[in-house]
Amino acid sequence: MKQKHKDRPLPTNRQIETRFTLIRTLTAAVIALAGCLVLILVVSEEPWEAFSAFLFGPLESARNIATVFETAAPLVYAGLAVSVMFSCNQFNMAGEGALYIGGLVASAVAVKLSLPVVVHPILALLLGGAAGAVVCFIPGLLKVKLGATEVVSSLMLNYIVLYLGVYILNYFLIDPAAGFPATERLPETAQLSTLIPRTHFHVGTILAFVLCAVVYLYLYRSKQGYAIRMVGQNEKFAKYSGIGVSGTILSAQLAGGFLAGMGGASEILGSYTRFQWVALPGFGFDGVIVATLAGNNPLLVPLGALFLGYLRCGADIMSRRSDVATEVLSIVQGTIILLVASKLFLQRIKHKYIVSVAEKREALQASASVPQPEGGEANA
Amino acid sequence: MEDYILSMEHITKVYPNGFVANRDVSLSVRKGEVHALSGENGAGKSTLMKVLFGEEQPEEGKIFFEGKEIHPEDSISAIKMGIGMVHQHFMLVESLTVAENIVLGMEPGRFGYFNKREAFRRAGEIIEKYKFTVDPRERVGNLPVGDKQKVEILKALFRGAKLLILDEPTAVLTPQETEELFVQIRRLQEQGHTLIFISHKLREIKQICEHITVLRGGRTVGEAKVADVTEQEISRMMVGRDVMLEIEKPPAKPAATVLQVRSLPLSDRPNAPTASFDIRAGEILGVAGVEGNGQSELAMCIAGLLPVGRGQVRINGKDIKGLSVRKIRELGLSHISEDRMSYGCAADANIEENLFSTTIYQKKYSRFGLLRKKLLDRRTDELIKEYKIKCSEKKEPVRMLSGGNIQKVVVAREFSGEPALILANQPTRGIDVGATEFIRNRLVDLRSNGAAVLLISADLNEVLEVSDSLLVLNSGGVGAYFPDASAVSEELLGEYMLGLRQMTAGEIGGAVHETKA
Repeated sequence: MKQKHKDRPLPTNRQIETRFTLIRTLTAAVIALAGCLVLILVVSEEPWEAFSAFLFGPLESARNIATVFETAAPLVYAGLAVSVMFSCNQFNMAGEGALYIGGLVASAVAVKLSLPVVVHPILALLLGGAAGAVVCFIPGLLKVKLGATEVVSSLMLNYIVLYLGVYILNYFLIDPAAGFPATERLPETAQLSTLIPRTHFHVGTILAFVLCAVVYLYLYRSKQGYAIRMVGQNEKFAKYSGIGVSGTILSAQLAGGFLAGMGGASEILGSYTRFQWVALPGFGFDGVIVATLAGNNPLLVPLGALFLGYLRCGADIMSRRSDVATEVLSIVQGTIILLVASKLFLQRIKHKYIVSVAEKREALQASASVPQPEGGEANA
Repeated sequence: MEDYILSMEHITKVYPNGFVANRDVSLSVRKGEVHALSGENGAGKSTLMKVLFGEEQPEEGKIFFEGKEIHPEDSISAIKMGIGMVHQHFMLVESLTVAENIVLGMEPGRFGYFNKREAFRRAGEIIEKYKFTVDPRERVGNLPVGDKQKVEILKALFRGAKLLILDEPTAVLTPQETEELFVQIRRLQEQGHTLIFISHKLREIKQICEHITVLRGGRTVGEAKVADVTEQEISRMMVGRDVMLEIEKPPAKPAATVLQVRSLPLSDRPNAPTASFDIRAGEILGVAGVEGNGQSELAMCIAGLLPVGRGQVRINGKDIKGLSVRKIRELGLSHISEDRMSYGCAADANIEENLFSTTIYQKKYSRFGLLRKKLLDRRTDELIKEYKIKCSEKKEPVRMLSGGNIQKVVVAREFSGEPALILANQPTRGIDVGATEFIRNRLVDLRSNGAAVLLISADLNEVLEVSDSLLVLNSGGVGAYFPDASAVSEELLGEYMLGLRQMTAGEIGGAVHETKA
C-alpha cells in the first residue's frame, strides 16, 4: 500500500476539502434518492415504473433533454444572483421579488413599446434587470443604513413587490380580452426566439449559461468581485484593509438583483406568450438551493441548476406516467439541502482520512534522508 | 515508587487541517508538585492540555488520573474528576461580582431561587481558606488583571480541582503580580494541590517548578528535574538549537516627524485620559502597559478603525480625521492588528487573496477590468519566499496555516510597499520563536531604512529590546516616557505599569518633539 502511494503525491489539505465537499454532495443526493425510492415503494401501485420514469425519463428523447436545460435556465439566473449576494455574506432573499418584477417590467417594455427585433428584447432584458437590481438593493440599503437584518426585510419585501406587481398588472397592463389576469400577447419583436422546435429552449437559455462565465470573471477576476468576497468572508478584515464595506455590499446586491431581474425577463420573453404571474414564481428561492449546491461558485451553478432541472423534469414525467405526484421532488430537494448544509455530515470519515494522510506525510518526511532540524511538521 | 497523580501516555492529536499537534506525547505529574510544561509556541502544550481538559478528543493515547483511566469527553466531565484549568484568556462574566463568578453554574439555593447571601458566604470561605486577597462583592469588570486571575483560580478550586492547569499565567502579569501569584501557588501546594504550570519563561520555571516536561514540534523532547538542568539546557531542549533572541540593532537615527498624536482619548469615556506623542522616521516607539489601558483604542484610532474624537492624529502632516482607511493607508500607514484572526486576515480566503487586500485596487494589478493573475501569482511566490511562509501551495486557505505562518502572511502584506509608518500591535503574540525573531528583525530593518514604528506589546521583553524610546500606559493614562528604552529595567517598567510610580506632565511631554521649522 505504502509503495503505491509514493508514486502519487499525497493530496494537499485543500484538495482533501474539495474532494469531501464533492463526496458529501453526491452522498446527499444518493441518500435523498434512496429515501425517495422507499417512499414511492410505500405509496405507489407501480413503484418501479414510477421510479424509472423519475430517474431516466428526462434522458429518453432529445426533446426531454432540451426541456431539462429549459427548466434549468431560470434556476441558473437565480442561482447566480444568490451566489453573488451570498458571496458577500448577505442572505438577501429578494431574488424572488427581483425575478418577479424583472418579468413584469420586461413584459411592460414588450407590450408598451414598439421597437425593432434584437433591440426590443435587449432593452426588455436590461430594464427587467434594472428593476430587479432596485428590488435587491433595498434590503442592502436598509442593512447598511439602518442595520435591518436583510433576511427578514428581503422576505417581507417580496410580498410588497408581488402585490405592487399584481396592482400594475391589473390596472395598467391587463388585457380584458384574455379572460384572466394577463398582459396582451407579447409581440414577436420582443420574444426570445426558440432554438429547438416544440420546446422552450430559447436564446435566453443559452444566455443563462454564458452568464455563468461572466459572473465567474466578475467574482473571481475583478477587483470588485474580490472586494465582495473579502467582505463576505470577514467584514472586519475588509474594513481594516481599506475596502469600502457598505459600498461593496450594495454593489453585490445590485449585481445579484440585476441577474435575478434578467432571469425573470428571459423566462417571460422566452417561455410565455403573456405575462400572467399573480403569485411568486418560486425561482428566487430555488436559486438558494442551487447556490448552496454550487457553494456560491458561478462555474458550478449550471451543474446545480441542471441537477435540479433534471429532477423536476423527472418528477413531471413520473407524475404523468404513474400514480406518484410531483411533490416527491420537494422531499428529495429538502433532504439534499439538509445534508449538504450540515457541517458535521461525514465529518468523522473526513477526519480519519486527514489523520491518515498526515501520518503518511510524516512517514515520508522521516524517510527523506535529511533529518528535520526544527523537529517536525511544516506547520509547527 | 513515586506517586503520580496524572499520567498521559502516547497522546496523538491531529487537527482537522491535517496538522499533527501532538505525536506520541507523554506527560507524568507527581502528586503535590508544580510541574512545568514547556516548549515554544506551537509545540503542542495547549493541545495536550485541551485533551486533558476534555476540549479535544485524541486520536490515540491513554490518560490516567489518580490511578484510574479516564476519558474526559468535555470540560464538565474533566471538572467533575477534579481537573481545573485557568485559561490564558479569562472566562469570567465581567458584569457579575467575584462571588457570583465563583459559584456560577453551582449556585446555592433551590427551585430557581439564587441565595446570594449563601453565595457570598461560600465564596468568602474559599477566599479565606486559600488566603487570597480579593473582595467577593467587587464586580469582576473593575478588577485588575492579577485579581481576575485569582478569581479564575478560585473558580477552579470551588469546583474541587485537585489538579490545576495554569496556561501561561504570567503572560498577562507585571513582575510584581507574578511574585504574588507565586506565593499563592506555594500556598496551594501546601494544601495538597498539584499544578501544571505552562510557560516558556525559563526564570519562572526555575523559581517555582519541581519537574519539567518539554515539547517541541508536537513531540515530547524530555522530562527532567528542574534543579538538575540549566536554563541553557532547557532552552536548547525547547528550540533544538541555542536561542539567539537578542536582535542586532544599529543606533536609531531619528529624522522628520511622521506621526503626530495630540490629546487622543484612550477610551470612549467622557473623562478618559489622553495621549500626546510623536514618532520620527527611523525610530521605534514602544508602548508598554497592562492590557486594557487604551492600547487597543490608540491603535484603532490611528488605523482609522475608530474615530479620533476630540484628539488629533497627523500622518506626515496630514490630519486623518474623517479619512477612510484606504486614504490613511495611502498616507503610508501599515497596520499589524492585535487580533490576527478578526482583522489581520480572512481565514477562509487563500494566501494570495490575503496578501493583496490592501493593494489590489491599484491600477497596476488590473488590465481591461480584470485582475492580472500572472502578476499576482508571481508577486505571491516572491512574498512567500521572502517571508518564508510555510505552506503547501499559494492557494491554501490561510486557516490551514499555523499561527506563526498566518502572522507572516499579515506581515508580508503590511511590510511590503515601503510603509512610512508601521503600527505593530502585538506583532508576535502567540507565535513561535522563529517567526518572532523574523518579525522583530524585520521591524528593526524597516526602521533603520527610515520607517517610523509604533510598537504596542504586552511582552515586556519585546518592548524593551526592540524599542528605541518607550511610552508606558497605566490606568491613569500615560504614566511615563523614556527617551532611551535600553536604560529601563523590567522592574522599573512594572512599577510604572501598575501606577506605583508616575512621571510628571513635563517629563511625559518629552514624547512630543516639536519641529523647529
